[in-house]
Amino acid sequence: MKLIASDITCFRGGRHVLESVSLELASGVASILRGPNGSGKSTLLRVVAGLVDHQEGKLSWLDDEGREIGEDDALHTSLFHYVGHLDAVKPSLTVRENLDFWAGLYGVPGDVETALQTLGLGALAQVPGAFLSAGQKKRLGLAKLCLGTRPLWILDEPSVSLDVEGVALIAGLMKAHCETGGSLLVTTHVDIGLKAEALQSLRLSVQGTLKVEAPENAQKENAQKESNNV
Amino acid sequence: MFELFSTMTALLRRDLTLSARLGGGGLLAVIFFIIVVSMVPFGVGPEGALLSKIAAGMIWVGVVLSMLLSLDRLFQADFEDGTLDLLMLSSLPKGALVLVKCTAHWLTTGLPLIVASPILAILLQLPDGLLGPLLVGLLVGTPAMSLIGAIGASLTVGLRRGGLLLSLLVLPLQVPVLIFGVAAAKSEALWSPSHMLLAAVTLMTLVVSPLASGAALKLNMT
Repeated sequence: MKLIASDITCFRGGRHVLESVSLELASGVASILRGPNGSGKSTLLRVVAGLVDHQEGKLSWLDDEGREIGEDDALHTSLFHYVGHLDAVKPSLTVRENLDFWAGLYGVPGDVETALQTLGLGALAQVPGAFLSAGQKKRLGLAKLCLGTRPLWILDEPSVSLDVEGVALIAGLMKAHCETGGSLLVTTHVDIGLKAEALQSLRLSVQGTLKVEAPENAQKENAQKESNNV
Repeated sequence: MFELFSTMTALLRRDLTLSARLGGGGLLAVIFFIIVVSMVPFGVGPEGALLSKIAAGMIWVGVVLSMLLSLDRLFQADFEDGTLDLLMLSSLPKGALVLVKCTAHWLTTGLPLIVASPILAILLQLPDGLLGPLLVGLLVGTPAMSLIGAIGASLTVGLRRGGLLLSLLVLPLQVPVLIFGVAAAKSEALWSPSHMLLAAVTLMTLVVSPLASGAALKLNMT
């Protein structure tokens, strides 16, 4: 299953944020989105998530045989997890209550315990959100990824404010997700640890155009970088 | 269908919990209501005949203002911390989302105001026969205020100081509710034509507000 975005143009605040952007999020592939500050990385993620309207182009899901499987919003939003900059943690609810609410919203109330354990939040279950550190809040926000299995993860800087173990944890989660056939669209500088053929590098320019670098090229570039470092 | 229902109850339960917790402001509106209406005798003088004449109107004005107090947080809090993104991405239709938010607002703000109003009715010497019609009118009319308020709240959700603009947008729209509400209270019948008009306003906003607010929320997602 894969999501295809074709010729997406997004016009906001009097300028083109995205200029006919096309990308393909295939199963088992991690797409790493990079670009200078203000180039519209977050906007692209929000457009793909359907949170921001685009003026031209379309998003479509294809099944393994390449047939389109419907276009309606309800189907689209049920096929991915989106975790943005904001972690949606309510200060007056405990960690478990926050998770309970999200699980109720996603219709998977049984997954709360797994989510707590996976993100290492078990000991904090009864602590109100207001007392969490920035890193703990981020972990709680990322715990949403464990609420129900969905083919696509859209993550905006998932490693920000996490400690070393936290970064390793989320990198591991992303790797496991791709290895089990999930797809990933992420803005991050963290090394996920996937093989080069399972990585796709996307470069967004300030003009809003997207350059897709095929896995081989990315590999070459990495090799070049390494040789430069030496 | 069952899934929709369980998502709606999850959201409703969370909203009620949040309002009951510290800082949720659950009872602030009631206290504000009592203070505002208690100030009336200081302003117009303690003369019983005058007070009992204006009692119904003052209670209604107090209710309108108190309902407004917590409206600016209706969607703003969820917008600021990213919860609104989750809500928009959930299987919950936008109209249902607005309905649940309004139900929670009414249960935590409107209902407590109605419960408090008999005390203020005694304070302002509301004539005995008018208390019943007043309460029925409040019960029928306050949901419309939550629903009209939701339109304003969803339109101003992205604005930093949206609260003031919200009042300017919403208060004029509340005028019909106020007019029919006071007329209903003075009708001395538990179900008068004014009550029916009030119910009509509520039913109309029940249809219009989820559609309008849902569209406005979508528009304000950035």
